[in-house]
Amino acid sequence: MSDHRTPLGGASRDGRVRVEEMPRRGMITLRGDLSDATFAGTVTALSGTGMPGQRKVELADGGLLAWMSPDELLLVMPPEDVAGALDRIASDLSGQHHLAAEVTDARAVLRLSGEDAAVRETLGKLMPVDFAPGAFGPGDIRRTRLAQVPAAVWCVAPGDFGVICFRSVAEYVYAALTNAAAEGGAVGHY
Amino acid sequence: MLLLECPCCGVTAEETEFHGGGEAHLKRFGPGSADEEFESYLFHRENPRGVHFERWRHVNGCGKWFHAARCTQTLEVFGTYPAQTTRPPEDLLAKIRDKRPGWSWRDFA
Repeated sequence: MSDHRTPLGGASRDGRVRVEEMPRRGMITLRGDLSDATFAGTVTALSGTGMPGQRKVELADGGLLAWMSPDELLLVMPPEDVAGALDRIASDLSGQHHLAAEVTDARAVLRLSGEDAAVRETLGKLMPVDFAPGAFGPGDIRRTRLAQVPAAVWCVAPGDFGVICFRSVAEYVYAALTNAAAEGGAVGHY
Repeated sequence: MLLLECPCCGVTAEETEFHGGGEAHLKRFGPGSADEEFESYLFHRENPRGVHFERWRHVNGCGKWFHAARCTQTLEVFGTYPAQTTRPPEDLLAKIRDKRPGWSWRDFA
């Protein structure tokens, strides 16, 4: 098989904040009954975290478990673990209504880091979301619109945010974020 | 600009995060129905000045459909409620009666 390439080839740019593409991550989209004990047990065993609450993300070493909608989770893990995880999900949840799809190479993952206020402002320029520290903090995730395309953003820690979008719009998202993060673009809102 | 609260994921967002899905609470008349009923189902829509019920989808968020009650004249949003129903919840109707005395919309008043 040919080499796996991330959508942006690991691009990064330093402006008011650093915008960089994350190394390739294994990703599984999971749908099912989130309140079901078997479903939750399987998922949390794979992620090594607790179940995320509504619009929350649970962070783990090398991965995360994100709440994407009332019946959908996103499981992020090292790429080499995906095949085993899919097997485990298929065996544990056989006979139970669920869907598990690998989306590793269907998504782009970016990271914004730097001064907390500058990162929040960069995201706030592009997304119709209140990024005030009291309204959006570590462990929060929000699916929304980034300029003209759908994206999800989560907060790892102050000054450290993740963004995920479809691979097909990765260059657009990267261009929009680096433009919003350009030097001289301070608004001073946060 | 409308501010809508998605009843599925609890997010309150402005309307560019959503997509309008047309009139709410339509009853489908399919094969075998009378021509008048089928025509009504396909083409006849309310176009009120005032209270209106619509379907919306949280397209850039959780992706779920829901219902919204709003005023087309003032853009006031009376409330949103889940899609799995054939009529608005009674407390929402009471709230609209309180704010817009004498309103009616199809079979609701």
